[in-house]
Amino acid sequence: MNRFAIGFGCIVAATALAPAPGRTETVEENYRLYCVQCHGMAGTGQGVNQTAGGLAVSARDHTSAEQMAKLTDDEIRLAIAKGGDAVQKSELMPPWGDVLAAKDIDDLVAYLRKLCKCAAAK
Amino acid sequence: MARYRFPIVAGSGLLLAIVPAGNATALDGKAVFAEKCASCHTAAGPAPTTFQGVLRRKAPDLHYAGSKFKREWLVRWTQNPTPIRSSGTMFLNHVVTEDGKDRIDSRTVLSCPSRLSSQEAETVGDYLMSLKDPNMRIGVVDRNRKFSTSVALRLFTKQYPCMGCHTVKIRDKETGGVSGPPLTDAGERLNPDWVYARIENPQYWDPKTWMPRIELSHEKRETLTLFVVAPK
Repeated sequence: MNRFAIGFGCIVAATALAPAPGRTETVEENYRLYCVQCHGMAGTGQGVNQTAGGLAVSARDHTSAEQMAKLTDDEIRLAIAKGGDAVQKSELMPPWGDVLAAKDIDDLVAYLRKLCKCAAAK
Repeated sequence: MARYRFPIVAGSGLLLAIVPAGNATALDGKAVFAEKCASCHTAAGPAPTTFQGVLRRKAPDLHYAGSKFKREWLVRWTQNPTPIRSSGTMFLNHVVTEDGKDRIDSRTVLSCPSRLSSQEAETVGDYLMSLKDPNMRIGVVDRNRKFSTSVALRLFTKQYPCMGCHTVKIRDKETGGVSGPPLTDAGERLNPDWVYARIENPQYWDPKTWMPRIELSHEKRETLTLFVVAPK
């Protein structure tokens, strides 16, 4: 086993173990980084910006099956990517489409369905 | 005693040559920064590229301080570092949840413990102002442009989500969110060209910032910038 083989093996291992570019975060981490500031650590819509009185329109309660079941997955996807205005909701919901990849947004939609324990509207 | 005179004179001359005299130099500021600031602030970059890296950041990045700040504010503030961000450098590190409601635990938000002398502040000011971003456009904001406060307020509070995360003073009342830095006195500390650039592409400055990137015309972005840096 020469040094070249060992070195090559190390490179292969490092590449296999390294996170994919732009996909270093779990869905929980993305939710914490981008969503929690308004929607809260518990997802109830009581994030620090809400409780500080910064939101003229309340952030949605992601744990509410009643609220979340009204939305289709596509509506949630669009709200995350293009902002609240794109789904006739408050502009206080920012667009994250320049920040999150499509797969990240799909993962978040699935995560939100877990939070509300509810299915998408038909 | 005569045999000691030459070494004393020579030694004194050498000492005078080593001790910097006259105006502060960037090199001195770098040393003061290393001693008094670098345990929390980075002057080297790059900004963290992971969520965990953002959580670990103790104080704002300063590797583009010369593009971001006004020198006079840096020199003044470092002599008396009063808190700027009530939610800390990263708000998630200071959130407590009670009965399903989040709030910032201000007891965990620590002020900058360093306090510079006036001479140190001048040298650190010089050093930090030498740290420029090579890509930031200079002079993109027309600082003399008159803007309508009501138009700016509509943009800031209704059409775009700015006030959701940033506190400003409107009609003498501080209002807005707290997950982003307050902007009430932003004009005292920030370069308008940097504010413009930050709004244009927050992720350029901080890849894992929790500020969204929003498409805006130059006019709207300039209006928001002028509003942010205006005295309130």
